[in-house]
Amino acid sequence: MVIVFQSKPSLLAGGVVAGPLENRSIFSQYFDSVYDDERWQMKTNEQGHRKMIEEACEFAMKKMGVQKGDINYLMGGDLVNQMTPTNFAARDLEIPFIGLFSACATSVSSVIIACLLTELGAANFSLAGASSQHNAIERQFRYPINYGAQKPQTAQWTVTAAGYALIGKHREEYPSIEAATIGKSVDYGMDDPFHMGAAMAPAAFQTIQSHLQQRNQKIYHYDLILTGDLGQLGLKLLKGMLVENGVKNEELTLLRDAGAEFYGQDEAFQSGASGAGCSAAVFFSYVIQQMRAGSYKRVLLVATGALLSPLSYQQGETIPCTAHAIEITMK
Amino acid sequence: MVMTFVFAFIVGGIICVIGQLLMDVGNLTPGHTLSTLVVVGAILDGMGLYEPLINFAGAGATVPITSFGNSLTHGALAEAEKHGLVGVLTGMFEVTSSGISAAIVFGFIGALIFRPKGNID
Amino acid sequence: MEKEQYQQLEQNVTPKPPYLKNVAKAFFVGGFICAIGQAVSLFYIIFFNFTEATAGNPTVATMVFFAMILTGLGLYKRIGQFAGAGSAVPVTGFGNAVISAAIEHRSEGLVLGVGGNLFKLAGSVVLFGVVSAFFVALIKYILVTIGVVSW
Repeated sequence: MVIVFQSKPSLLAGGVVAGPLENRSIFSQYFDSVYDDERWQMKTNEQGHRKMIEEACEFAMKKMGVQKGDINYLMGGDLVNQMTPTNFAARDLEIPFIGLFSACATSVSSVIIACLLTELGAANFSLAGASSQHNAIERQFRYPINYGAQKPQTAQWTVTAAGYALIGKHREEYPSIEAATIGKSVDYGMDDPFHMGAAMAPAAFQTIQSHLQQRNQKIYHYDLILTGDLGQLGLKLLKGMLVENGVKNEELTLLRDAGAEFYGQDEAFQSGASGAGCSAAVFFSYVIQQMRAGSYKRVLLVATGALLSPLSYQQGETIPCTAHAIEITMK
Repeated sequence: MVMTFVFAFIVGGIICVIGQLLMDVGNLTPGHTLSTLVVVGAILDGMGLYEPLINFAGAGATVPITSFGNSLTHGALAEAEKHGLVGVLTGMFEVTSSGISAAIVFGFIGALIFRPKGNID
Repeated sequence: MEKEQYQQLEQNVTPKPPYLKNVAKAFFVGGFICAIGQAVSLFYIIFFNFTEATAGNPTVATMVFFAMILTGLGLYKRIGQFAGAGSAVPVTGFGNAVISAAIEHRSEGLVLGVGGNLFKLAGSVVLFGVVSAFFVALIKYILVTIGVVSW
C-alpha cells in the first residue's frame, strides 16, 4: 500500500560524514566531511561510528540553523549489535529517539517514519538517517579486519559513512517527499552473504513495481530511480527482472544504484559498495544537492536491505531482504 | 639441496591448490576447508603416508595445515605404542604443540601492539 | 518473476570464480610460503643442531611469527585476497586466523576479548585436528591389538 503525504514534508538538509577510504568515492565531493581517521580519534570502531553519526546530524542541523533543542525526533539505525552506535549517539544528541533496523534500507525507512510524524503535526523538525562503519560491521557479519579470506567478485565493500536528513514541514524551495512505499520482506532463496546484491534485487524489484503500479506511473515519469546498495551485479539482476516484466531498454538508463557507482570502477571493491551508510550518504548529499540544483524534478529512492544476521547465516537460513522507497519531487 | 626447495615448493603448492578447489568448486568457507585438510592429514598419518611425504618434501609437507593433523596423530600413535590406550589421549599434543603455542603467544603479543585497520592497499 | 526463474537469471548473471587463475595463484603463493619454510628449517638445521625430523617445530613457530607481523601490518589480508588458499592453507594462515581475531577483539579487553575470541576462527581446526587424531589413533590401536596391522 503506497503512502501519499498530503502535506509533502521537505528534505531540508542532509549531513553526510564519511571515512578515509570514501575519499575514493565518486560522490565524495558532495559529502560534508571526509575524515582521515576511520575511528574519528576515538578508542574503538564503535565509538568512532557514534561520533560519525553525531557529526552528520550536526551538519544537517547547521545548514538550516537549527539547534538540538529544535529537533522533535531522531530516527535512525546501524548494523552493529543492537544498534549500539546509534543508541549512544542518541544519548549524546539528547533528542527523543526511536532506533530502526531495516539493515541497509534504514536510510529510507527512517525518513518514512519522520515524514509520518511531520504529516501528523507531531514534528516540526526530525532527523532521519543511517550509518555504517566498515571495521565494526565486517567483524560482526564476516571476519576480523586482518583475516586473509578471499572475497569473491560478487562481494561488496561496506562503506564507512553516516547520512542524516533534516525533515521538516513543506517548503517550496526544498525537495519534498510526496509518497512512500514500505517494502515486504522478500526471500528468493539466496543464501550467500558474499552475494548480497542477488539477494536484494528481488526486494527492490517488488517495491519499485508496487510503487509504480499504485501511483499509476511508469519508470519514465521519473528523472532517476536510485537504489541503495545492490552493487553492479545486483543492479544487473534488477534490470534483468524489469526487462522480463516488459520494461523497455531505454527506460533502464533511468535506473541507477548508489552502491554500484560509489567507488567508481575500482576492482578492489569487487561488486561495489554496501552498508547502511552507502544509500544514506548518497541520498542525503548527492541526490538532495542535485535536486536543489534543478537536475532532477522527480526521483524515486529505493533503499535496499539484507535482513540477515551472522546467526541466521550459520544456521543455514536463506537471506530475506527488504526495500523501502520514497518519491521526492522538486518544484 | 636446491631440489629440496623445489620439492617443498611443488608439494606445498599442490596442497594449497587442493584447498583452493575445495573453496571455489566445493563452495566451502575457509574454516570448512582448513578443517577438512586437517582431518585428511590425520588420516594420512594413520595410514603411515604422511611421514614419507615429509621426508620427500620437507617444509612442503610440514608447513601446510595438513601437517597439524599429522603431528597430532603422530604423537597419539607414538604414545599409544608405549602406554596403550591411555596414550592416545596423553600423546596428542606431544609433537605438535609448537604451532598452537606459537599462535597463542603471538596472538597475544599481536593484540598488544597492533590495531585493526580497514585499509585496502 | 518466480523464484526458480530468478535463480536461473542469477546463475546467468553471476560470474563464476576464475578457477584457473585462482588455482595458479594458490599454487605459486602456497609453494612460495613452503619454500620459505624450507629455508627456515634449513637455518635451524645448520645453526641450531636440529635434524630434518625435528626442525618442523621451530619452523612452524617461526612461520607463525612472520604471520603475526604481516597480519598486524594489514598485509596478510591482501595476500589472502590475492592467493586464496595459497595463504590460508599454510600454517601462516592458521596463525593469521588466531592473530587477526586477537587483534580485532582487543577492544573488549585482554580476558573477554582476546582470551575469549582467540580461537574464534581457528578453533574448528584445532577441534577437528584433535578429534580426528583421536579416532585415527584409536582405530590403529584397535587394529594393532587384534593383530591386523603392526605399529
